[in-house]
Amino acid sequence: MTSPSANQPIIETHDLRKIFRVGDVEVSALRGVSMSVARGEFVAISGPSGSGKSTLFNILGGLTPPTSGSIDINGRDLLAMSDSDRTNLRKATVGFVFQKYNLLPTLSAADNIAIARNIAGKNGPPDAEFQDVLKLLGIASRLHHKPRALSGGEQQRVAIARAIVNHPAILLADEPTGNLDSQNSEAVLHLLQDLNQRLGQTILMITHNPEAAAFAHRTIRMRDGRVVED
Amino acid sequence: MILTLVGISQGMLADMQTRARGIGADILIKAPGSSIIGFSTNFPEKFLTVFQREPHVKAVAGVLVQPAGGIDSVTGIDLKEFSDVSGGLTFVEGGPFQQPLDAIIDTVWAKQKNLKPGGTINMLNRDWRVCGVVASGKLAHMFVQRPVLQDLFANNGKITMAYVKLDDSSRTQATVASLKSKLTDFPILSMEEFLSYLTVDNVPMLRPFILVVITLGVLIGFLVVFLSMYTAVLERTREVGILKALGASPAYIVGILLRETALLAIAGSITGILMTYGTKWIIETFAPSMNQVIVPDWWPIATGIAIVGAMLGATYPGLKAAKQDAIEALAYD
Repeated sequence: MTSPSANQPIIETHDLRKIFRVGDVEVSALRGVSMSVARGEFVAISGPSGSGKSTLFNILGGLTPPTSGSIDINGRDLLAMSDSDRTNLRKATVGFVFQKYNLLPTLSAADNIAIARNIAGKNGPPDAEFQDVLKLLGIASRLHHKPRALSGGEQQRVAIARAIVNHPAILLADEPTGNLDSQNSEAVLHLLQDLNQRLGQTILMITHNPEAAAFAHRTIRMRDGRVVED
Repeated sequence: MILTLVGISQGMLADMQTRARGIGADILIKAPGSSIIGFSTNFPEKFLTVFQREPHVKAVAGVLVQPAGGIDSVTGIDLKEFSDVSGGLTFVEGGPFQQPLDAIIDTVWAKQKNLKPGGTINMLNRDWRVCGVVASGKLAHMFVQRPVLQDLFANNGKITMAYVKLDDSSRTQATVASLKSKLTDFPILSMEEFLSYLTVDNVPMLRPFILVVITLGVLIGFLVVFLSMYTAVLERTREVGILKALGASPAYIVGILLRETALLAIAGSITGILMTYGTKWIIETFAPSMNQVIVPDWWPIATGIAIVGAMLGATYPGLKAAKQDAIEALAYD
């Protein structure tokens, strides 16, 4: 493995294809996606339903392998990775934020964050920088509450904290404001923007909302499994 | 379940030992061909005079035991003979036999069956009048007159066993040897030897019964945990997906489920141990003639059985969870 240089794109795909087999029928979800994201960039991927956004999200996050093409994540060839390698990618390189927050309901907000550290093999208290992030997210006083006691906006901020607690190179956000009202949506988008600007966090955000996409440095538009505008 | 049934088994054996020791005899003689534990064979009571003639024999008591269903039995004694061997029954209420169908019961049965002198107890299809209540701990819970019991069951002149009291207990082994040389077909044992036979291995079918209970415990534990964990894995599909998205390996997910199962098994074992105190209280309150002892030496065994059963039950659901596709799991509602 070569160590990634600062100038090298943190995400680079070329002719990425993904074919799902449904019974005897093959469905092409991605039909040759080529794109590049620079380190520290905030990129939005938008497009209508069925355009392949979520499939691209799952491949970039190492949740599913592509069928063909090339994809480099932080200097590593994802196509050559085993299941175990992709597990390690999710553990150390990529953080996820989902539309439905996906917090573990039986754990407090603090424990939801702690379990991400535990999975990454870190069991001590988070570093001082992360304490600043908690202040930035405005959830420091809500950490001992279970998800059911938190508002949607608070849950999503906990999910963001969980996603970045291990300092991933890339934060992948799938419709992070999809379940929030406009006020909370704006707050979460500002937070993502702050994380990008203050910490240099690379963010790839999937959204179908043009207002949300406007918070990013650039927007990649997809349709029918292809990039139609970058 | 295991701890309670083992506790009852051991409690009943301990009770039998206490009551056998309470007789105060030195030697036990049973009918030729009979088992050490069991009352199925009788022999003529005329042998009592043969035993009595043996040197150093101070007193001999013949006893006829008639099973009365379940774990109950009725014991026929000659009150004078029995008093000569045991030092006498200690009456708490009432007194000795006065009529043929009189019965003496001990305080355990008096409490369990709520009986006092003058009350009636139906055993062996007869109504027996309780004439006295005696302190428990000597031979049996219910005594009747031996000739009456012999007559009722056409066992006239027969006894089930004889208890021999010596004038010098240190001569027990010599007397046993002497009796054996003369009465070769009779099982003749010192009371200490007899008490040593009152173990789980010597009570017919008790060891297999305990093994069956343990097997059932493991099977039930396995099935309950298997179904619970299988259901839990299905219900927590999304949570498994979240853990996978966070980078949890299959081993991490299986580890969580197995640790959770082990904790539940330990908690269940502690609850089970506490429940044995509850069943002991229930038995002492409602069926004091049964005895349950607390068996701490079985706690680690029962806990081990619970953990093994639970782990076996959790392994397949755990592996199934670990193999779940993260994307499908995250899409699960």
